[in-house]
Amino acid sequence: MSIKRRDFIIGAGGAVAATSVLGMPYIARAADKLKAAWILVGPSGDMGYSYQHDLGRLAVQKELGDRVETHKVESVPEGADCERVLTQLANQGYGLIFTTSFGYMDQTIKVAKNFPKVKFEHATGYKRSANVATYNIRFYEGRTVQGTLAGHLSKSGIVGYVGSIPIPEVIMGIDAFTLAFRKIRPDGKVKVIYVNGWFDPGKEADAAKALIDQGADIICQHTDSPAPVQTAEARGAWAFGQSSDMAKFGPTHCVTSNVDNWAPYYVERTKMVLDGSWKSTDTWGGLAAGMLSMPTFNSHVPAAAAADGMKAYNDVKSGARHPFDGPVVDKSGATKVAAGANMPDGQIAGLNWYVQGVEGDLRS
Amino acid sequence: MPRLRLEPRAQTSRLATYLSPVLAVVLTLIGAAVLFAILGRDPIRAYQAFFIDPISTFYGAGELGVKSAPLILCAIGLAIGFRANVWNIGAEGQFVLGGICGSYVALFYEPTLGPATLPVMFIAGALGGLAWAAIPALLKTQFNANEILTSLMLTYVAQLLLNYLVRGPWRNPQGYNFPQSKIFDGYAVIEPWISGTRIGLGTFLALIAAAGGWFLLSRSFLGYQIKVIGLTPAAAAYAGFSAKRVTWFCLLLSGGLAGIAGINEVAGPIGQLLPVISPGYGFTAIIVAFLGRLHPVGIVLAGLLIALSYLGGEAAQISLDLPVAVVGVFQGMLLFFLLACELLVRYRVQIGQAIAESAA
Amino acid sequence: MHELTAILVSMVLSATPLLLAASGELVTEKSGVLNLGVEGMMVVGAVVGFGVAFGTDSAIAGFAVAAIAGALMAALFAVLTLIFLANQVATGLALTIFGLGLSALMGKAYIGKTLPPVPHLHIPGISDIPLVGPLIFGENAMVYVSVAFVIAIAWYLSRTRSGLVLRSIGENHDAAHALGYPVRRIRFLAVLFGGAMSGLGGAYLSIVYTPLWTEGMTAGRGWIALALVVFSTWKPWRLLFGAYLFGFFSIAQLHAQGFAVPIAPEFLSMLPYLATILVLVIISRDAKRIRLNAPAALGKAFRATA
Repeated sequence: MSIKRRDFIIGAGGAVAATSVLGMPYIARAADKLKAAWILVGPSGDMGYSYQHDLGRLAVQKELGDRVETHKVESVPEGADCERVLTQLANQGYGLIFTTSFGYMDQTIKVAKNFPKVKFEHATGYKRSANVATYNIRFYEGRTVQGTLAGHLSKSGIVGYVGSIPIPEVIMGIDAFTLAFRKIRPDGKVKVIYVNGWFDPGKEADAAKALIDQGADIICQHTDSPAPVQTAEARGAWAFGQSSDMAKFGPTHCVTSNVDNWAPYYVERTKMVLDGSWKSTDTWGGLAAGMLSMPTFNSHVPAAAAADGMKAYNDVKSGARHPFDGPVVDKSGATKVAAGANMPDGQIAGLNWYVQGVEGDLRS
Repeated sequence: MPRLRLEPRAQTSRLATYLSPVLAVVLTLIGAAVLFAILGRDPIRAYQAFFIDPISTFYGAGELGVKSAPLILCAIGLAIGFRANVWNIGAEGQFVLGGICGSYVALFYEPTLGPATLPVMFIAGALGGLAWAAIPALLKTQFNANEILTSLMLTYVAQLLLNYLVRGPWRNPQGYNFPQSKIFDGYAVIEPWISGTRIGLGTFLALIAAAGGWFLLSRSFLGYQIKVIGLTPAAAAYAGFSAKRVTWFCLLLSGGLAGIAGINEVAGPIGQLLPVISPGYGFTAIIVAFLGRLHPVGIVLAGLLIALSYLGGEAAQISLDLPVAVVGVFQGMLLFFLLACELLVRYRVQIGQAIAESAA
Repeated sequence: MHELTAILVSMVLSATPLLLAASGELVTEKSGVLNLGVEGMMVVGAVVGFGVAFGTDSAIAGFAVAAIAGALMAALFAVLTLIFLANQVATGLALTIFGLGLSALMGKAYIGKTLPPVPHLHIPGISDIPLVGPLIFGENAMVYVSVAFVIAIAWYLSRTRSGLVLRSIGENHDAAHALGYPVRRIRFLAVLFGGAMSGLGGAYLSIVYTPLWTEGMTAGRGWIALALVVFSTWKPWRLLFGAYLFGFFSIAQLHAQGFAVPIAPEFLSMLPYLATILVLVIISRDAKRIRLNAPAALGKAFRATA
C-alpha cells in the first residue's frame, strides 16, 4: 500500500486528521507487501479471547507468507488510546486493520473516515461504513449444543454459569443454553454469577466454587481463563470451556469447549484486500462457517448424551435447528417468539432479558 | 580500600538537577541496548521507535499533549497532598467519578443548557471528583481512618458504579444494549484546538493547573502551611496550623483536579462514556508526581516523559514487533534509573577512605 | 457440604495469597520502608513458581524458588531505595510495572500448561468433623503456612529482641542508628522478607489456587494486600482478621448472586471494598491507639550522618 501525497493535506476544520511527515521512516514504498495489523484488548498471552485472535493473525501470516506483513498491538485500552494507535497505523501505510474488541467501535468508524483507502474490520460491533466491515461469531450456537449435553449429564438439574458482565453477547449465550437445557430437563435451573470482568482466574474459580457449593453439577463460563474448568474438574462437576480448547484443564470433566476460530475469516478477508475484491460486509458466522468450533466430546461422556449432543451440533450447523426457535417465553411469562418462528438476528444481537429457567433477574 | 561515600549537598545542585535525568537516560539506553540485543533487535532502531517515531509527526507530537494532560492534572493535585503527607492514592476513582458526573450533564442536560453545557460539565466533573475525595477526607478527619486504604478501595467502587451506569440506565438506547452511552454531541463535545491533532482544552488545563500549583506552593501562605505540616508536623501544630483543614484542602483539591481530568478525557479524546475511561492514569500520576520531585515544573516534564514512554511502547509494538511485556520492562528500567540518579541532586559522591561507615 | 462451611472454606482459600503477601509487607513497613511493588513481586513469584513446579513436578520447589524470585525483585527495590535513596513510593510503583512486564516475558512458554492439583491435608477423624472439620484440617498446606507466618511474625515483632530493634528502626532510624543498630542492613533484610512472602503469595495463585499461568493473573491482589496492611494498623492479628473479612465478602457476594438476590451484580461486587472501609472506620476511631502502631519513619529515606 502506498500513501499518496494528498492524504497528508490537512483538511479544513480538522476533518482530516492526517499529518505532515517530519521523520522519514513512515513513507512506505509502493508495491510493498500488504501491511495488516490487529489491535488486541488484552495481552496475546491471556489464553483466551486475545490469544485466539492472535492465532488467527498467525494463520494469515502462515497462509499468505510473503504477500503480507502482520503485526499486533496488545493491551490497547478502549477509548482515547485506540484512536491514536489506529491513526498511527494508518499513517504508517497499513492497509488492513482489525479492531478486535467491541469498545473500539466508534474510534474505528472515526479514524476510518480520515483514511478512506485503509480497510478496517471491527469485531462484535454494529456500525459499518464504506471501509469498515464488521464480523462476529455466533457463540450462542455452541450454547445450544452445551445445553443439550448438560440436560443429559446433570443429575441435580442445576447449572452454574460464570458470566463476565451482563451484556447481550453474554445474555444470548445464557438464554440459548437454558432453552436447550430445558428441552431435556424441563425443571432445570441455571444460576448465573457475574465476576464483573473478563479475566481474573482467581475470581472465576471462586465463582465456579460458589456455584458448585449451591448444587450445580455443570459449570458453564463466559469468561476467558481456564480457571472455571479447572475448578469443576477438581470438584467433579462437568464443564464447558470458552474461547480456546480447555480440555487440558479438565481431562475427565471438560465436556467440550466453544472455540473461537477467527483464522478462516481473517485469511479470506486478507486475500480479498490483496486481490482487490474487499467490500464492507457484515459477517456473523457460527458452526457452519467454521468460525465456531467444538472439539470432540470428552470420552467420559455417556454415549447417549454424546449422541444427542452430536445431533444438536449437526442440526444447528445445518440450520435444521435454530437456537432461538419458538416458543421463547421470558421470565414474566410473555411470549417473545411464537411457536414455529425463529428469533430474528436483530433481536438476538440486543438480548437483555432472561428466558424462563434462569434464576434471578437483570436489573438495570 | 577506597570506596564511594555520599556527602549531602548544602543545597541541591543546579547542574546536577539538570544532569541527573540526562545520566538516567544514558544509563537506560545502555541497559535497553542489552535488553534489545537479547531480544534480537537493533538498539538504535529501538531507540528511534521508542523516543522519536511517535512524535515525529505533527499528529504524534500532539498526542504527547493529549496523553500527558490527564497525568499532569492528577499529579499536580496529588503532589500537593504528598507534600503535606496526605496520601491520596485513589485519584483513579476520582477521575472516574469526574467522568461520570460530567457525563450526566452531557447526556441529560445538553439540549437545555446549550452553550453553557461544557462549562457545567466541567463543574460537575470537578465536583464529582471532589465529592469522591471528600469521603476519605471525612473518614480521616472524623474517624482517623487511613486515607491510603479508603481512597484505594473507593477506586474499585467507582469503577463498578461506572460499569453499572453504562450497561444499565445510561446506555445508548439505540445501541443494541451494548455497554456504552450515546456519543456526545452538540455543545457537550470538546473540539481539538489545533487541526490535525487532538490537542485541546485538556492540555491547556494541565498547564493552568501546573501554574496554579506552583503559585500555591511557592507564593501562598497555605502552601507554606502545607510544606511545614509535611516536613515537621510538630512545628506546624505549635504554630497553630490546622492539620485537619490541610487534609481536607489537599484531598478536595486533588479529587477536583482528577475529576476535571476525567470529564476532559470523556468529553474530549473519548467522546462518550465507556466502561473503561482510564488506562490507570490515576495510578501512573503517582509516579509522575514523585518523578517530578513533587514540583509543578518537574511534574510537567515527568508527565511528558511518561506519556512519551507509552506512545513509544505502542510504536515499538508496531514497528519492532515487540510484545507489550517488553514495553513494561523498558518503562520499569527507565524509571529505576531516573529515580536512582536523583541521588546526585542531593548528594555529592566522593571517592575516598571509609572513615565513618555510612549508614552502618 | 454445609453452605456456611462452603463459604468459610472459600473465604480462607481466597484470603491466603493476600495474607502471605500482606504479612511480608507488614514486616517491611514495620522497619520503616514502604514498598508499593507488591503486585509486581507477586506476579513474578507466580510465573517463576509455576515454571519451576512445572519443570520439577514439585510444588515445594516451586514455592521455594518463587520466594527467592520475589526476594530478588525486592532486592532491586532495596538497592534503589536504601543505597541510592530513591523515592520509595515511586520505586515501588515502578517495580510493579517492571514485574508485570518481566513476568509476561518469562511466562510465554507456560501459557496453556497446567499442573496436577496439590493434595489436601487429611487428618482422619479431625478433618471429618462436621462444619469446622474441613475448614480447620482439610485444606492445602499453604493455608496453614500462611497462618503460621502470621503467628510467627506477631511473636517475632513483640517478643524478640531482633523484632524490637526492627520496630525501633521503623519508629526513628536516627535514634536507632545512634544506638548502634545497623539500620540499613536490617531494612534490607525486612524488604527481602517482604519480597519473598509476596513471591509465595503469587506462587500460591499459580500453583495451588488456579494451577496455570496467564499474564497478569494476580489481577490487582498486590494492591489489596497493601491496603490490608493499612487496615491492620500494622498489627499481625488484625491482618488475619482483615484478610478473612475481605475474603468473606468477596465470596459471600458471589453466593448472593447465585441465590439470585435482586441487587445488580455491580453493587454486590462493591461489598468487600465497602465492608473493609466500614470496619476500618470502626476500629480506627480511637486515634491514640492507631498512632502508636503506624511506623513513624515509614517511607522516609535514611542516611547516616556519622
